[in-house]
Amino acid sequence: MLDTVMIGAVLASVVAAATTLLIASLGELVAERAGTLNLGVEGMMIIGAAVGYATAYSSGSLLLGTLAAVLAGMALSLVFATLTIWLAANQVASGLATTILGLGLAGLIGASFVGTRLDAAPALDIPGLSDLPILGKVAFGQDAFVYASVGLLVLVTWGLARTRIGLILRAVGESHAAAHALGHPVRKIRTLAVMFGGACAGLAGAHLSLAYTPFWASDMTAGRGWIALALVVFSAWKPLWLLAGAYLFGAVSILQLHVQGFGLGIPSQLLSSLPYLATVGALVLISAMKRGQGAPASLGVPFVPDR
Amino acid sequence: MPLKLERQENVPLAGLIAAPFVALAVTLVVGAVMFLAMGQDPVEAFRIYFIDPLGDPYTLQELVVKSCPLLLIGVGLAFCYRANRWNIGAEGQYVVGAVFGSWLALATHGTEAGPWVLPAMLVLGAVGGAAYGLIPAFLRVRFGASEILTSLMLVYVAQLGLDYLVRGPWRDPAGFNFPQSVTFDAVATVPLLFEEGRMHAGIVIALVVVVVATFVLGRTLVGFSIELGGSAPRAAAFAGFDERRVTYGVFAVSGGLAGLAGIIEVAGPIGNLQPSISPGYGFTAIIAAMLGRLHPVGILVSSFILALTYIGGEAAQISLRMPFDVTRVFQGTLLIAILAADVLVRYRIRRVEGVRHA
Repeated sequence: MLDTVMIGAVLASVVAAATTLLIASLGELVAERAGTLNLGVEGMMIIGAAVGYATAYSSGSLLLGTLAAVLAGMALSLVFATLTIWLAANQVASGLATTILGLGLAGLIGASFVGTRLDAAPALDIPGLSDLPILGKVAFGQDAFVYASVGLLVLVTWGLARTRIGLILRAVGESHAAAHALGHPVRKIRTLAVMFGGACAGLAGAHLSLAYTPFWASDMTAGRGWIALALVVFSAWKPLWLLAGAYLFGAVSILQLHVQGFGLGIPSQLLSSLPYLATVGALVLISAMKRGQGAPASLGVPFVPDR
Repeated sequence: MPLKLERQENVPLAGLIAAPFVALAVTLVVGAVMFLAMGQDPVEAFRIYFIDPLGDPYTLQELVVKSCPLLLIGVGLAFCYRANRWNIGAEGQYVVGAVFGSWLALATHGTEAGPWVLPAMLVLGAVGGAAYGLIPAFLRVRFGASEILTSLMLVYVAQLGLDYLVRGPWRDPAGFNFPQSVTFDAVATVPLLFEEGRMHAGIVIALVVVVVATFVLGRTLVGFSIELGGSAPRAAAFAGFDERRVTYGVFAVSGGLAGLAGIIEVAGPIGNLQPSISPGYGFTAIIAAMLGRLHPVGILVSSFILALTYIGGEAAQISLRMPFDVTRVFQGTLLIAILAADVLVRYRIRRVEGVRHA
């Protein structure tokens, strides 16, 4: 019988898969709303996963590991920020460089931890609610990362739309020249936005290596950073749509695993490629419908103040 | 002390040539720090990494062999990047080219097929890579989808497709269940240049590509339309150049060259089709293209330097037990350094009197 326990377990793993994507894409969304396209998400995520795991394994503290992951993602994002914001280098190439460097550094850091395991971040049951049938465990019996992702979503949605900082950040992303003329420190704001993106990518990496799959494997991000980037486009730069996108992609990546388990004679490689194909499909669909609407006007354009 | 950047109108040629060398020097300094942090003697590590391979005739040949795919892919990417089209999926186009070409090698395996097989394979490889490269181009032109993300996503799809073929229908039945195809026949193999060693005819093809690409990019209207479309799209439109045709063209060229590199590698140094046929050539070639200033001759030099990071990485793996990721760190640092060095060329850095925020 495909009972409620089974359904609950599948849904819970969808939530876990979606959480990585949601955290990373929220960070990238903030960076992009400020006008910087950081293609280094994959690199910042994996350095977060490696540093987070190494720290947690050595210290025995998941909290310390998570903090270290956030700092590592932020540190790598500063490389990108220095290149693109302060030296006006090409953002696409700089993002790629950030990813390549991140993958390499993460491999070096993780090398001595291959084959070890950690106890996954514990589920924090919310008393009363987590005992509800099926959805109880799914919504209220998750680890701290899941709750943090929801908190982050609220913070970013509210912060961008309703606060003065959010308004200035959006102004910088739409027209850096106008924001500059109004006296806003364009490059400082962009640097902070990129650092926020780095922190989120690092946190997403920590979720991968400390909760979702609590071990270290090289290249364990497997393109999730890139999918997070695609989700930002998919969301048309609106945080609430990231929620839908992240859970949709979480569902695709989990369901293809379960279909592989049933062994319906479909090649496993075809199923494994579904999340990537779905990303391409979603990008095409959203681009065809919106034709670039919603993208910050200054996205990807370097800012060099002339006076 | 506030500093500011001031754009230089006329970029000095000396600076353009000096920037990569500055970047290399910076990378070596960062590398020394990394070796120290790993508890290695930097002098010893540098000797094993960068000097020893240059002194040994065997590894010197291996260097040329490794730089061949980087050169082919890198020159193709130069077409894209000059046009400001960001194909970062060359790794996937390389794989699809290898698969297309290998199909013929496997179809004619064990038959009396003549010497036409290899040339036909090379053509198929180029066509396959070009076709795969045209997918992101089409999605961009027709739907406005970002070619950066679609081309990268298709890398994963191509690798999984290759994995399926060599584990499934194309697996060598007599191969003890190893996931690889049969070894290609002699007529389906890229011939060696010399009796000894591993230098193969693909290197000659790559050199011809450099000459042709230098001419096309530097001396023809096609090259001019690519350049203009990249640096001044509106001017290009007013001049009557079709933006869509440029997009299709540069993706076909870069995909085709990546596919050619793939089939040359499989039919040459590797000899059959395997799940893993590239140590990330498609991504490293991006660095080769940038380091080589998007100029075919520059890429000739830079692909040799990047091949050295591969060979040195393998040597350090064996003799110093350093993880291969050291190579990725070097490559990433090199790209960061070249991007930063570019600023020194394109801008003057001035001190600003008085306080002014950025």
